[in-house]
Amino acid sequence: MCTTCGCGDPELVPVELHEKILAGNDRVARHNRDHFVEAGVLALNLMGSPGSGKTAVLEATARAANGRWRLGAVSADLATDNDARRLEAAGIPSKAITTGQACHLDAELVHHALHDFPWRDTDVFFIENVGNLVCPAIYDLGQAANVVVLSVTEGEDKPLKYPVMFKAADLVLLAKCDLLPHLDVKVEKIEDALARVMPRRRMLKVSARTGEGMEAWIAWIEERRAPVVEKRKTLGVVTSAGPASAFSWGHVHGPGRGQGR
Amino acid sequence: MHEYSLIQSLVARVEAEARAHHAVAVHRVVVKIGELSGVDPELFRTAYDTYRAGTACERVELEMRRVEAAWRCPACRRPIEKGAVLSCPACGAPAALDEGSDAILLETIEMEVP
Repeated sequence: MCTTCGCGDPELVPVELHEKILAGNDRVARHNRDHFVEAGVLALNLMGSPGSGKTAVLEATARAANGRWRLGAVSADLATDNDARRLEAAGIPSKAITTGQACHLDAELVHHALHDFPWRDTDVFFIENVGNLVCPAIYDLGQAANVVVLSVTEGEDKPLKYPVMFKAADLVLLAKCDLLPHLDVKVEKIEDALARVMPRRRMLKVSARTGEGMEAWIAWIEERRAPVVEKRKTLGVVTSAGPASAFSWGHVHGPGRGQGR
Repeated sequence: MHEYSLIQSLVARVEAEARAHHAVAVHRVVVKIGELSGVDPELFRTAYDTYRAGTACERVELEMRRVEAAWRCPACRRPIEKGAVLSCPACGAPAALDEGSDAILLETIEMEVP
């Protein structure tokens, strides 16, 4: 290179990044998670095929929980706010996220939805993802756990066909179990398939229609809530005036106790 | 079809890095994609080829390093056979994925700086 003016042969520079392509999403997800933790809200990301019964499971959850927690939900679909309206009718304050062409929720869409929803006034907050067994699996939203709803009519080998989704699951709810007597489906085969894709297999058989298994599901949520409640205590932020100054994000996340700062 | 949104993030990241280095051109982009990443390599490439026009990646072929997924026991390091139940046959511990098995990484960018 010319030492007088700097002109001359260009240089090829390799930049080693080894960085997640989803790093931007993961940053927003961490931000969401911090908010949930600070407010003592258990956030659950509910995924599953279209028609697997995610909304029906939530409706049944509201019935089974019978007022023991304050519930809330955001519900995503490409079009319509039908699911959010169903959840509202079931007693779960809800907001629709209409994704347009997007086949999955990302952390930014959830973050945006939190800004005008009183999520701080909930104990258990459901994020009902777009019905899809592929794309939602790789997007962290800031949830405490992933729950995959798999209905008995979807085929015994479904977990083997969509290993990435079931690998990401903390719990599988085997839904529509009231139909089992009418089908040639063997639950053991589904359990076996899960064991080959999900290292910490956990599955509960449920029926939104009959209420079967809902107690175990409620108990699972309670078990997951314990550390969240404990964490809030250690942060010392449970006061009627809202969270203390342990956290500061400099922006408001919807109305509610927390007030956001 | 989340591959398009991944490519959008990838190209934006490459362009930001190129700007930061005042690069006049980008020559190589290397990504690492694991078998259990949830990314379809062919769709990923198609999305890249569709999206790169008019960006800093316009003349750059995408180099993709693919990683085969493998599970093993986190305690005794014993590998788990493909398709087998994901717990260690010896000690029963739940299996863990080998590094890179679910990677979606931007590894290297090579750029021309004045």
